[in-house]
Amino acid sequence: MTSAKVEFPELAPKNGILPVPEMNEGISAALTCHPCKVKDMRAIALPTERVPDWQNKAVEKLRELLTKYRSLQVYLDICAQCGACADKCQFYLGTSDPNNMPVARANLLRKVYRYYFKPFERFTGGEAEAFNDQVLQEWYTYFYQCSECRRCAVFCPYGIDTAEITMAAREIMAAIGVATKYVTEVVAKVYERGNNLGIPGPAWIDNCQFLEEELKAETGRDIRMPVDEEGADVLLVMPSADNFANTDTMMAYGKLFYHLGISWTTSTYANEGGNFGLFLNYRNMKKVNKRILDAARQLKVKRVIWGECGHAWRAAIHTDTLSGPMDFLDPPHPVHICQFTADLIKRGAFKIDKSANDDVLVTYHDPCNAARAGSLLEEPREMIRATCNKFIEMPRDTIREKTFCCGAGGGLLTDEIMPIRMAGGRPRAEACRSTGATYLATPCAICKAQLPEVMKHWKVDTRVGGVHDLLSKAMIL
Amino acid sequence: MAWNLLAGLLIGFAYLSFIILVAGLAFRLYLYAKTPAPLKIVSTPGPKTTGGVLTRLAGDALIFPNLFQADKALWAGAWVFHVCLALVFFRHARYFLYPVPEWISDWASPGILMGFVLPIPALYLFWRRLALPRNLFISGLPDYISLMLIILIAATGMLVSYYARVYLVDVKAFTLGLLSLKPVAPPAHPIFLAHFFLVCLLMIYFPFSKLVHAGGIFFSPTRNQRDNVLQKRYVNPWDKEVGID
Ligand code: SF4
Ligand code: SF4
Repeated sequence: MTSAKVEFPELAPKNGILPVPEMNEGISAALTCHPCKVKDMRAIALPTERVPDWQNKAVEKLRELLTKYRSLQVYLDICAQCGACADKCQFYLGTSDPNNMPVARANLLRKVYRYYFKPFERFTGGEAEAFNDQVLQEWYTYFYQCSECRRCAVFCPYGIDTAEITMAAREIMAAIGVATKYVTEVVAKVYERGNNLGIPGPAWIDNCQFLEEELKAETGRDIRMPVDEEGADVLLVMPSADNFANTDTMMAYGKLFYHLGISWTTSTYANEGGNFGLFLNYRNMKKVNKRILDAARQLKVKRVIWGECGHAWRAAIHTDTLSGPMDFLDPPHPVHICQFTADLIKRGAFKIDKSANDDVLVTYHDPCNAARAGSLLEEPREMIRATCNKFIEMPRDTIREKTFCCGAGGGLLTDEIMPIRMAGGRPRAEACRSTGATYLATPCAICKAQLPEVMKHWKVDTRVGGVHDLLSKAMIL
Repeated sequence: MAWNLLAGLLIGFAYLSFIILVAGLAFRLYLYAKTPAPLKIVSTPGPKTTGGVLTRLAGDALIFPNLFQADKALWAGAWVFHVCLALVFFRHARYFLYPVPEWISDWASPGILMGFVLPIPALYLFWRRLALPRNLFISGLPDYISLMLIILIAATGMLVSYYARVYLVDVKAFTLGLLSLKPVAPPAHPIFLAHFFLVCLLMIYFPFSKLVHAGGIFFSPTRNQRDNVLQKRYVNPWDKEVGID
């Protein structure tokens, strides 16, 4: 199951928009994620290998999900197969594989649904197929070439959200012991170490001290990066990548709280806001989410703030549902750091020298999860306008709720499917190129890991960084 | 004799298809209504208020804004198609009501006009499925069946109204008989009988097929939820079963 060499079609973008490619059936069929490892599956309470009698188990799971998810039941039934969504998915645009058209992707599940649950449609010639090895292989391939980004839903006349279908398919596969190494490994790491990267507590603390020294060298002040401090006002849950890869963003948080005089802390039990359970099944999503509130109780904080991470925010908005009530915390909750900061900027909490960012032309990438699944559209833009003189938006159909996914969301940020990632990231890269921006700001750690590679691959000369990084540069301490 | 038998069968079939349509559709919509929506998944930017949700749903049902954003040609075809269907549908009220209320007579002429127009968008949608490769890829037999049924119904309908006319008085006697549960034989007019039979088929097909989008759209969680998950705690009815607290 290693990545085959594939040549995706040559496309000539115009004004930052990629033309819709002709179909190449099966062109990305060989690009699959590595399968899960026994130890990870055990750690997250899933079958360690494909269960015997898996067909029946899978159909039973589908039956169960149909009674639990209105989205699934309704969306499987009402799709008119109109094709409006067909050219809206970055993975179709990039790969040209027709199974990456949202409707066709959903049909991979729909045909199994019809076979077992809609005998009438089978009888009238509806496309129906028993759940067999080949179908399972298609599911494993194409439901892991979907980043659950919800772009298709914006264009569907009935709001059919293919992400819901993908989630159901992944949940069914997980139940029969079929999952990817990357996603399951990340969830297992959270249970073991508290974060997606598996950074042990002592290393986390070390990194924080190192960043404190950096800040001291940069500002001459004793700006703290507190860890596990009981009684702090704020628990900040960030993407763990901020602690060692996107350190500018992490230091920006430090400066922000220092300047505001708010005591804050991170937690070695839950030093991760991201929630890969979201990309696997409900149970693990709930379990990962719970850790954050447990840490908040343990540390007796007054508020939890979520850092610059897209899927963290997508899961965070459901915290009250999954792990609430949250009424032991000060309202409003949950809070995204961009909401928090934008609000303070408006209230004049900072002295800002915008010209500090004059060396860059900034554009903004809406992370699919933050924007489309978390309604975070205005606050990051308000922050950029307040901290930069030069800000340019990408083409209209590629931003806000119509934003493209970076190409590696939804548990796809794994190297074995690099060709899919690069193809899926292309629509974003071209939109970015058309602005001539030299800095692409985005509040998401997945995007921050994926987009620099995408830009390099497609030869777009733009640096990628956080939104708070801009504030950090412009604020006068 | 044979005619009486045929008439009897058709009448029985008409009642049966009507029952299937109503019961089938009611069952599906009931299923949608009772299936829980565990998490809020509002499509961004979402309405904050109930009024906002109703406006959004009304817009979705009447003008297809998402489709407009997605594909203007498809939108035009689909919108004209649905408007024609609605007007033709209303025009048929005159065959089922006695006396015919004035506002329905007023709708007669646009209704007729739309009957003529209807095949155009229908054929366009059919053509798209065959001629555009992506649409061909996703189209299956049910997609062709539903369009074909509607095209045939429209064609036979126009024929009996204009070219091989059927007596209105006979039709009304038949329809009112059906409605009052005292059925009389239908007009012995082959094209009319075909028209009527195809409508019955459509009614049977409706609740089992993708045509349930007609009612199902109102149950789409991305469209019918309020975007207030940050303001108000939303409870998933089966969350407790998962057994993690
Ligand atoms: S959710 Fe996103 S990645 Fe998945 S099919 Fe829709 S547009 Fe494509
Ligand atoms: S836009 Fe919606 S109804 Fe049309 S094919 Fe896609 S999912 Fe189906």
